Amino acid sequence: MWKIVAATVLKGPHTMHGPKAAADALAELGRRVEAAARARLGRSLSIREVDAGSCNGCELEVHALGNVFYDLERFGIRFVASPRHADVLLVTGPVTHNMAEALKRTYDATPDPKWVIALGDCACTGGLFGESYACVGAAETVVPVDLHIPGCPPPPERILAGLLALIEAADGRIAPAAATGVSRSPPDP
Amino acid sequence: MTDEGRLETFVRGCEAVPGHRPWPRVRAGRAQWRALADLLAKTEWELLALWAEPAEVHVALRDETTLAVVSHPCPEGRFPSLGRIRPGAIRMERAVHDLFGLLAEGRADDRPWLDHGRWPVTAPLGKERAPRLGPPREAADYGFLPVEGEGLHEIPVGPVHAGIIEPGHFRFHANGETVARLEERLGYVHKGIESLMQGRTADEAARLAARVSGDSTVAHSLAFARAVEAAAETTAPPRADALRAVMAELERIANHLGDFGAICNDASFGFIHAHAMALRELVLRAAGACFGHRLMMDRVVPGGVACDLSAKGAATLKRLIAEMRPRFEALVEVYDNKPSLLDRTVTTGVTLTHLVHRFAAGGYVGRAAGRGMDARKVPGYPPYERLDFEVPVLIEGDVNARVWIRFTEIGESLRLLAQLLDHLPSGEVRRSVPGRAGEGLAIVEGFRGDVLTWVALDGEGRVRRCHPRDPSWLQWPLLEAAILGNIVADFPLCNKSFNCSYSGHDL
Ligand code: SF4
Repeated sequence: MWKIVAATVLKGPHTMHGPKAAADALAELGRRVEAAARARLGRSLSIREVDAGSCNGCELEVHALGNVFYDLERFGIRFVASPRHADVLLVTGPVTHNMAEALKRTYDATPDPKWVIALGDCACTGGLFGESYACVGAAETVVPVDLHIPGCPPPPERILAGLLALIEAADGRIAPAAATGVSRSPPDP
Repeated sequence: MTDEGRLETFVRGCEAVPGHRPWPRVRAGRAQWRALADLLAKTEWELLALWAEPAEVHVALRDETTLAVVSHPCPEGRFPSLGRIRPGAIRMERAVHDLFGLLAEGRADDRPWLDHGRWPVTAPLGKERAPRLGPPREAADYGFLPVEGEGLHEIPVGPVHAGIIEPGHFRFHANGETVARLEERLGYVHKGIESLMQGRTADEAARLAARVSGDSTVAHSLAFARAVEAAAETTAPPRADALRAVMAELERIANHLGDFGAICNDASFGFIHAHAMALRELVLRAAGACFGHRLMMDRVVPGGVACDLSAKGAATLKRLIAEMRPRFEALVEVYDNKPSLLDRTVTTGVTLTHLVHRFAAGGYVGRAAGRGMDARKVPGYPPYERLDFEVPVLIEGDVNARVWIRFTEIGESLRLLAQLLDHLPSGEVRRSVPGRAGEGLAIVEGFRGDVLTWVALDGEGRVRRCHPRDPSWLQWPLLEAAILGNIVADFPLCNKSFNCSYSGHDL
């Protein structure tokens, strides 16, 4: 074990520089960010991941964010076990009929202000699965979505860029004019 | 063995269905299906899969020498249950009932399985498909098996879990710390894949097959492609066979590394987790660089592969192998010399050999408990017959054994990659698949175990019906048995060491 530790110390870490906050994500968020969210989030995000019907490909890349290359936690972003501790719900998969209620409940259990990210083509649009007897479709059909990160699955760098955009938006570094534009629609009762 | 105890004898006694390749499919009338049930009680034939069409139920069986699909027409919507004799088929029969409305007479369990009472229709794939009447069923409406006894308490977990994992529900009954029963409830991520595949061209359906279980995208794509090729009486070119194997072995290595890391993480040993995940990332990056997608999704397609491997790509992979081997071996040494870690994995979550055989459980679950099946060897498929590799088998059946099977397989996969890259055939990488009617069955070895896919094509080469059977179907039930008598706190460790697919099972 110490040999591996020594080699790591000598060769330096694998961790790469973080990507820039994604421009398109910043634009999407700019329209939605709220002052309350800014005050609350500061420069950290607690994320609760909800697989609402994914093929598990998206989960694999979300997992990869935690590895030493991307080292998500250095940006103040961490995954939490309970929606009650979360600022952000990260939703994957075409929402299945069998998961729709669980997703809605998880959303309701997340304290305000909260953000929802649709991760992957399935959550963004329903993807290949669309709407059927088994699938409700995009995450948006069940919960309001603030940010879309497309891809099948989106590679970790793209996910990271999206998350960093969310932090920047919450940190108030987006032009205030854009930032105060539109407030989010309230969730369905 | 007596003649009667041979699957071949039984198959010969039934009516052959033409156009099914490469193994026979036969039709069994009611009396023959009943006789089959009796034989299953007496023999060790393995029940690999059970699925249906609107008026017929199919079962894939295997003994030492024969593999065959036996079909039973059931125009009345009923068939004698096989699950009451082979518990591995119980959930399959429940799924067949939910999807097709076909009823297994004398079934061991009459609760729904995939249908949670939330779909707008009932029997969505069946002849009797109908709009669902009444309000959606409440989640609490599911009749979990009762447990009686003093001091037992119930712990419901899920479907949304604490970690970044797929949804499923686990109902524990514990006596103090000790698990007295675990009951799984699955089906949450049922996406209707089989129904979406119907009527699609083979190429379109292949994209759905690639998303049956994202972590096994290569394996599922391969099983689907091989089934289509069998149905259409064609084969992939030799270079495609080799590249498919390159991708399949990369997928195996990446997943085994991920599992190894995650198991150690669940035993609170972050060091190995960090290093194993770094190695996994190197594999995914190499895959991305060589094949244009980190998980190699949609790269294996009917007729061959969707992209060639450049000379530069081959060199990248060779460098990866050279770098991987010493770093991986060093990690194995760390694992094997940490008593605090071994204390968690050794003798934890034991699966019994007879159960593994009874359920025909494949992959590391089977091989860690004495069942040495590996589809790359038996029935085998190209290019593995020309490659040198060992299939590890242990008998302990505990978490540690499942970890060791993965270790050995990573080493063997690295060896396979080296052989493949040293002798890559030249030539085309894809042939067009003729659009003709036929039925095909394929079994390939994914990282988790054998993926079995059955496909029926119509005259234009469109999918009439497809059933991809993930290895998880045969492994999930054994997790319930493996956790018995263990402490609740060891469940994550056991679960990770199985790492069954929710999506692959729920379809
Ligand atoms: S977007 Fe792609 S990888 Fe993600 S869940 Fe959907 S099919 Fe799977």
